[in-house]
Amino acid sequence: MDIVFQRPETLRENTTHYCPGCTHGIIHRQVAEVLDELGLRERTVGVAPVGCSVLAYNYFNCDFVEAAHGRAPAMATGIKRSRPDLIVFTYQGDGDLASIGMGEIVHAANRGEKICVIFVNNAIYGMTGGQMAPTTMPGQITTTSPKGRDVNEVGYPLRMSELLSSLRTPAFIVRTAVHTPKGMIETKNYIREAFQNQVDNKCFSLVEVLSTCPTNWGLNPNKATEWVEKNMVPYYPLKVFKRPGEEI
Amino acid sequence: MAKKLMKGNEAIGEAAIHAGCTHYFGYPITPQTEIAEYLAKRLPEVGGVFLQAESELGAANMIYGSACTGTRVFTSSSSPGVSLMAEAMSYIAGSDIPAVFVNIMRAGPGLGGILPSQADYFQAVKGGGHGDYRCLVLAPSTVQEAVDLMVDAFDLADKYRSPVMLVGDGMIGQMMEPVEFKPRKQVALPPKDWATTGCKGRKPNVITSVFMDPEVLHQFNLKLGAKYEEMKKHEVRVETYKCDRQMDLLLVAYGTTARICKTSIDMLDELGIKAGLLRPITLFPYPEKELYATAKKASKVLVVEMSMGQMLEDVERILKGEKPIEFFGRTGGLIPAPEEVFDLAKKLVKK
Repeated sequence: MDIVFQRPETLRENTTHYCPGCTHGIIHRQVAEVLDELGLRERTVGVAPVGCSVLAYNYFNCDFVEAAHGRAPAMATGIKRSRPDLIVFTYQGDGDLASIGMGEIVHAANRGEKICVIFVNNAIYGMTGGQMAPTTMPGQITTTSPKGRDVNEVGYPLRMSELLSSLRTPAFIVRTAVHTPKGMIETKNYIREAFQNQVDNKCFSLVEVLSTCPTNWGLNPNKATEWVEKNMVPYYPLKVFKRPGEEI
Repeated sequence: MAKKLMKGNEAIGEAAIHAGCTHYFGYPITPQTEIAEYLAKRLPEVGGVFLQAESELGAANMIYGSACTGTRVFTSSSSPGVSLMAEAMSYIAGSDIPAVFVNIMRAGPGLGGILPSQADYFQAVKGGGHGDYRCLVLAPSTVQEAVDLMVDAFDLADKYRSPVMLVGDGMIGQMMEPVEFKPRKQVALPPKDWATTGCKGRKPNVITSVFMDPEVLHQFNLKLGAKYEEMKKHEVRVETYKCDRQMDLLLVAYGTTARICKTSIDMLDELGIKAGLLRPITLFPYPEKELYATAKKASKVLVVEMSMGQMLEDVERILKGEKPIEFFGRTGGLIPAPEEVFDLAKKLVKK
């Protein structure tokens, strides 16, 4: 009998600590499948963030380092500039990348670091228990915006893909989502494109993935995927923002 | 090799290359910017990499990443910038990674001034960042010594898998002196089999400072503590000057201040006042036994620093009240004059 489906070699045989219905597992698997398919596992170094995926190295079966909060792109820069032959990716959430790590991500992108960034945007701080993120939706209730995000007080959610695609430096910037089967297929294709860019030494690549946080949103997994479609997708359009060669 | 006249900051940059350092990440700040400027030109000439970071946070986390691949790497900054680097330093210590930091200290606190200072002693020696860690701290008092210690810093970092910091005041960075790049000592160092370089032919390596299990983290801290005890046993460096006699006064100073004190001691000699100098070269590990033994031969102790009295607290700790200890400090970028130390010493001896 042929094996038609199995664990990617780039994933370890560990049970994740992620909550039921959280989409980190899907995104981990897609990154792992792409590393398998491109034959990159043995020359890849991942950079884990601070946030729910802080322990990502327990699940990925490749070399990994754990960065300080928000500093993953700086650490990845250090790795890639020291060993350009390695494939380097960061895996960051929205608090890590868009709040405390805003400086590091903008400058890594602007320098055109030949790294891949998997940016998981679930509009909330998950690990610390559901605080307001820079990507939290207007009116969204969190533990630090108990009356809902007031845009007059704290501004509108940051659209990182739009912001980063305004940079002149060639890059691959895309926003995608994993709340639908179609979105999952597209996401994996974009992740593959991002890693292929790095193999070809082409450009900085960032794949923003709209993700769910059923636990901190207070929704069951089904309702959470509906919430992504209803609330996040209209504000965070799913599209390729930039490919190398398309700079203005 | 012939001696070359070099500015301290540039000599530190060249010394790093001499030590086999191939990568530098940094951010401009006075009075150490010449290190970055020198390496921007020089590192590419030797096939190395220079990168200007977006901030000291960026620079320090870049050297963290670079060091994780087993690369010889360093960064440099001055006081306010080193405060920002303290984050990465704690992570580097917390994951057993070797890296070299240089702090050309300027006057603080806050933005302070740009002139020489020694007010980052606590930050360098007692931690600086969070958690139970130490840096091995080297304090040169001449440009030549800055070169020699900078070369050793990389070996020490690799030997102990630890952050090592070279601290100089702005004077060390800015003044020019003749220097020589001596042939490197061959030091047997452990293999960097922990480095994250792709897992071909081995199990994946993970570099992390996260230990969620308190018992595991406690054991890790005990391991770090044991490492610092090894440093105390093997790495203490100290110079004494005119201490081979009974002394009216023992001066304790490091870096530029120590050079000034030597002049004051020679002036005191002419008056028949016997003074000596103990100059720690390693600020951590501190020459505790050497200070205790040397102070026994002196009637009084005078600590001189370009600070409000930071190393003073270590001297007090080590001498345990057995000798009267006086302090002279200048801050804000003011450098003690040999005459000032001389005048104070005279008064103290007469008392």
